[in-house]
Amino acid sequence: MTVTDALGLLAMYETAATIRRFEQRAIEQYRLGNIRGYLHPYLGEEAIAVGAIAALEPDDYIVSTHRGHGHAIAKGHDPRRMMAELFGKEDGYCRGRGGSMHVASRSIRNLGANGIVGGGLAIAAGAGMAIKQRGGTEVVVAFCSDGSTANGIWHEAMNLSAIWDLPVIFVLENNQYAVSTPIRDSARVDRLSDRAAAYGMPGVTVDGNDAVVVLEAMTEPLRKARAGEGPSLIECMTFRHGGHHVNDPGLYLPQDELRRWKERDPLIVLRARLTEAGVRDAAIAAVDERVEQVMDEAVDVANASPNPSVEAFLAEVSSQ
Amino acid sequence: MKYREALRAALDEEMGRDERVFCLGEGIGERGGSYKVTEGLITKYGAGRVIDTPLSEAGFVGLGVGAAIAGRRPVVEILFVDFLLLAMDQVINQAAKYHFMSGGEGTVPMVIRTQGGTGNSLAGQHSQSLEALYYHVPGLKVVMPATPADAKGLLTAAIRDEDPVIFIEHKLLYMTDGEVPDGEYVIPLGRADIKRSGSDVTLVAWSHMVLKSLRAAEILAAEGISVEVIDLRTLVPMDVDSILDSVRKTGRLVIAQEAVKRGGVASDVAAIVAERAFDALRAPIIRVAGYNTTIPFNLALEKASVPQVDDIVAGVRTAVGATASARS
Repeated sequence: MTVTDALGLLAMYETAATIRRFEQRAIEQYRLGNIRGYLHPYLGEEAIAVGAIAALEPDDYIVSTHRGHGHAIAKGHDPRRMMAELFGKEDGYCRGRGGSMHVASRSIRNLGANGIVGGGLAIAAGAGMAIKQRGGTEVVVAFCSDGSTANGIWHEAMNLSAIWDLPVIFVLENNQYAVSTPIRDSARVDRLSDRAAAYGMPGVTVDGNDAVVVLEAMTEPLRKARAGEGPSLIECMTFRHGGHHVNDPGLYLPQDELRRWKERDPLIVLRARLTEAGVRDAAIAAVDERVEQVMDEAVDVANASPNPSVEAFLAEVSSQ
Repeated sequence: MKYREALRAALDEEMGRDERVFCLGEGIGERGGSYKVTEGLITKYGAGRVIDTPLSEAGFVGLGVGAAIAGRRPVVEILFVDFLLLAMDQVINQAAKYHFMSGGEGTVPMVIRTQGGTGNSLAGQHSQSLEALYYHVPGLKVVMPATPADAKGLLTAAIRDEDPVIFIEHKLLYMTDGEVPDGEYVIPLGRADIKRSGSDVTLVAWSHMVLKSLRAAEILAAEGISVEVIDLRTLVPMDVDSILDSVRKTGRLVIAQEAVKRGGVASDVAAIVAERAFDALRAPIIRVAGYNTTIPFNLALEKASVPQVDDIVAGVRTAVGATASARS
C-alpha cells in the first residue's frame, strides 16, 4: 500500500490535481462546443477516488459511476485518451462510442463507468465472484453514490456480496444530493453506513474530503476482502462544487454549506498535509506545472484525433 | 433423450470442458431446478459452480454480467421469462451494451437460460412469450430451441459465444423426447432448420410452435397441401436467407408465433420478406399469433388465447386460397 510519507502524499496530490484540472479543462472545452452531451464533474470529490485507489494494487478492479472521470484517472487511465473520448474521437477509450459515462478498460481493470445510477454494483459483485472462483486475492472497489442507495440494485449487490463473502468494497460517495434531492429527504437513517448492518457487513462513515482519511479507511476492508472475509461499506462524506452536470447551475445547493465545504476543498486539505510533511511550495508548484502540461496535451490530442469513421461504423452495424 | 436431459448434457459437457463455466440461479443446486435441468450437477461440480441464489434477479443477473466481463462464463437460470423483467436494466442497459460502449474491448460471454409460454394454467405472470423484447435490443442474441437435439447443440454454442445470449426454453418442451447426438455437439447460432420440406407454402415457427406447425403440416398433407416448416431456432441472429430461399420456392408465407401478435417477431419476419422477396409472393403473408391479451388462467381460455394446431391449419389454408378466413 502507498505510504503517507512525503512522496506518497505528493503522488496523491498529483492525481487529485490531475482530476481537478481535467474537469476544469473539460468544462472549458464543453463551453467551446468541443464536447457534447452530459458531463458530470467530480469537482470537490477528488479525495475519495484518490484515497481509495491509492490503497489498491494495479490488478484490483474498480466499478465507476456516471461521475466517473476521477475514478478513471486515479486508476491509471491516460487523460489524453480520456479527453479524446469526451470529444467523441477515435483515439478515445471507447473509440467515440461510449463517451463520458462509459469509459472502461480491461487492462486498467476499470470495469466501467455507468449511465445508470447503481448500474455497476451487481457487476462489481460479479467481478468479485470471478476473483473468488479463480482463487485470487484481488478486490473490487465499487464506487457508488448516495442516490444509488435508494435503488434496489444497491441492496441486492450488498446482500449477494455479503452472503458469498465476495471481495468487494463499496465506496459510497455521499455528496448529499441525488441530482437536486437532498439525502435527508431520501433516507430515514442519519448515516447511510448504518445500512451495512442490514447485510451483515461492517460500515463506517469518514471524511471524504481528506484523501489520507479515505486511504486509511481502506486498510481493514482490504485486509478482510483479500482474506476472503467478505465485503465492507465505506461512506465518504463530501459535497459537489457545482450542479449535477455541466449545464446544471446547482442553485438548490445551500450557498453557506457549499462555502464551508469549499474551505475544506480536497486539494487544500492535501496541500496542508504536504506542508505538514515538510514538502516545499516549489515542489507542489512543479507538480501543478506538470499537470497543466498533461492537460494541454490532452486537449491537443483530443482536438487532433480523427472522428470515428462513419463508413466503418455502418459496415459494422449493417451486418448485424 | 428428453429436452431437459439434453440441456443438462450441454451444461455438463461445457462445465467439464471449461472450468470458467458456472451456473447460477434459484434452487438449481440440490433441488436441481424447477424443471430439473441442473439435477445432479452440484454433486459433480460442487456448490462453487452450481450456485443457489436468493430471489434477487436483478442482483444475480448483474452479477453474471460482472463475472463475464471479468473472465468467467456464467449460465444464469431465471425460473420464468416473466421474472427476467426484474433484471431488465442488467440485461438491456448493461449486458447488451457493454461490448459496444467499451469500443469493442469488453465482452459479456454469458447465457441467461429461462423458459416461457403457455400450457400449464399458470396465468398472466408465468406464461408469457416475451422474446420480442430481447429480439428488439441490439447486443443480445436470442435462442429458442424446439427439439432435444437443438437444445443441446444450441446451448453449447450459446455458452461458447462471446455475446450475451437469451436462451428461452418452453415449459411444454422439457418432457419431449428426441434423438440427441452423443458427445460434443454444437449448432452454430444463426442457422434455421428445415424441419419438414414442402413446396406449396413456407411455415416459419420457433420453440413449441414448431411442434404444432409439424402437426398442422401433417393434416394439410392429407389435403394435398405441401408445407415447408422452417424452425428459426435462433431469432438473433436470424437466418433470413433460409426464409427467403423457401419463400422463393413456395411463393407463400405463414408465420406461427405463440407470443401476442402486436409487435412480435412474426411481424418482423413478415416485413423482411415483404421487403426482400415481395416479387416471389403469390399471396398475402399470414401471421398466426396469440391474441393481444394477458394469458388467462382458465385452461379453455388459455388455449383460446394462443394459436393451436387448427389455427395454423386455417392460416395455411388461407395462404393457399383454400378458405377465406384465418385467425386475425
